[in-house]
Amino acid sequence: MSYLLEVSGLEKAYGGVKAVNGVSFRVKEQTIFSVIGPNGAGKTTLFNLLTGIERPDSGSILFHEDQLVGLPPFKVALKGISRTFQNLQIFFNMSVVENVMVGCHRLGNASMLSAIFRLPSMLREERLIRHKALKALEFCGMSQMRDKPADSLPYGQLKKLEIARALASEPHLVLLDEPAAGLNDTETVELSELIKKLVENGITVLLVEHNMGLVMDISDEVLVLNYGELLAMGTPSAIQKDPKVVAAYLGEE
Amino acid sequence: MRLLGLGIFAAVIAILPLLFPENYYVTVVGVTMFFNVILAVGLNLFMGYAGQISLGHAAFFGLGAYSSAILTTKFGFNPWLAMGAGVALVWIVSYLVAKPILRLKGHYLAMATLGFGIIIHIFLVQYDTLTGGPDGLSSIPELSIFGWPINSDLRWYAVSATVMLLSILFSLNIVASRHGRALQAVHGSEVAAETMGIDTSRVKVHIFVISAVMAAVTGSLFVHEQAFISPDSCSFFFSIELVTMVVLGGMASTFGAVFGAAILTYLPEFLVVFQDFKVLIFGGILMFIMIFLPEGLFVGLCRLFTHFKQEQKECLTS
Ligand SMILES: Nc1ncnc2c1ncn2[C@@H]1O[C@H](COP(=O)(O)OP(=O)(O)OP(=O)(O)O)[C@@H](O)[C@H]1O
Ligand SMILES: [Mg+2]
Repeated sequence: MSYLLEVSGLEKAYGGVKAVNGVSFRVKEQTIFSVIGPNGAGKTTLFNLLTGIERPDSGSILFHEDQLVGLPPFKVALKGISRTFQNLQIFFNMSVVENVMVGCHRLGNASMLSAIFRLPSMLREERLIRHKALKALEFCGMSQMRDKPADSLPYGQLKKLEIARALASEPHLVLLDEPAAGLNDTETVELSELIKKLVENGITVLLVEHNMGLVMDISDEVLVLNYGELLAMGTPSAIQKDPKVVAAYLGEE
Repeated sequence: MRLLGLGIFAAVIAILPLLFPENYYVTVVGVTMFFNVILAVGLNLFMGYAGQISLGHAAFFGLGAYSSAILTTKFGFNPWLAMGAGVALVWIVSYLVAKPILRLKGHYLAMATLGFGIIIHIFLVQYDTLTGGPDGLSSIPELSIFGWPINSDLRWYAVSATVMLLSILFSLNIVASRHGRALQAVHGSEVAAETMGIDTSRVKVHIFVISAVMAAVTGSLFVHEQAFISPDSCSFFFSIELVTMVVLGGMASTFGAVFGAAILTYLPEFLVVFQDFKVLIFGGILMFIMIFLPEGLFVGLCRLFTHFKQEQKECLTS
């Protein structure tokens, strides 16, 4: 099996804080790769580096053997990497289905002129995008709220909406930043089913999560960050037994 | 269904001059309103939908107007050619300005656009060999379409109404497309828009240029209709007036912008006191709307209406 993502020597400092400090790892295609660690360990920063929102001080990120370092976020997205946010980044000024249709942006290419004159090619593309968006909503079990304004949805649904929007771009790799935070038990079970279904559909998942039950249950591999440094990496069972992890992280809880 | 509102609006506009062909408020003020609508609809794409701010929009109106005025009176250009040149100029200027300015956000963007508007205004006042200075330029030739001169109020009404309806149609079409969604996404969350593959800085530049070009075309038409232009027509205050139209109607609603432009065109006509305290009253309206009706009058009323309808439905079903 080939590696979809190869990260080596990634570093990012904010002033004196080394948020990510020399992290290297590889992610196999169609697996669930989880990143765990205490608060402030640098998990979100890692995601920001991978998606181009922050630029690393040094290191390399290869995706399908393409270098991602230095690309603006929209170019990273165009390569087929999509994500959700720990602090929701919903388009609250739009409806649910429109939010997801924005996710399809990279799949369309109708020009501004074709939009102004509503040319047949543009209308065809619009229908296709709408269809794909509705499919993504259905995949996440949100079909019935498609026409609601996004700002009328409860928190749990908004978290799912972010996932639907990320899926709509038909990504190869999805980064989920604490998708279970704030969800109740039933919602968490649904989420874990959803993530497994993603992998069955050929998507690779990078997961940041504090819910250890969820992480240990669904991950193929787990990476533990501590103060920006890689503390351990391995299968869930190996991680759970690792004395360093138990001492530095699990022991604290 | 999507264009129902536009259809009704077009019908009303077509019928009014048939009923009142000689009425000053229809055929004269109407033309001014149509011009304001085009400007407001264009600015609304940039402000309402993309969530940016421009306090210098009148500058593009002015550049379009003065290009036509100068090229036709001083260089003997055909009016259409002059309009084309004005549009090209504004296209280039707005693009060059947009690149650095649109990296700014909020107050900084407001200040930068304000500064740009003031610079253009100063230029128009100072460069009097070309622009006629504070007195402006007059005897601007009339516009004609294939030998059909636009030389009466009614003809101007027809022409400006057509251009306005087209601009509303284009705005509605842009909004209902991936480009419109990109605009709203930039407004909603720039970082999320980027991670969905949207080149947010390009989107902002594009829509800025489009609304600037709409203003330039309006400026050019205005100058031929009035046969006169002075820097007063494109001052800082006019920029504020345009912003007030967009905000009053309701941001991110094309018909909100139409509504705002209509009200702010007719209000001063009916309230003579308005003339002396125009600046004060516009500022007051802007503040009032921002504080009490942040969604704007039009959008607020629409929401109230659908709310009532829903309640009625609920009463009937329960
Ligand atoms: N934009 C920033 N500017 C300055 N410091 C930052 C910035 N972003 C993150 N940090 C710092 O970097 C460190 C890592 O933060 P990060 O958000 O990546 O942690 P995390 O692992 O996602 O934590 P949590 O579990 O709380 O989400 C923290 O010390 C944080 O204060
Ligand atoms: Mg985090």
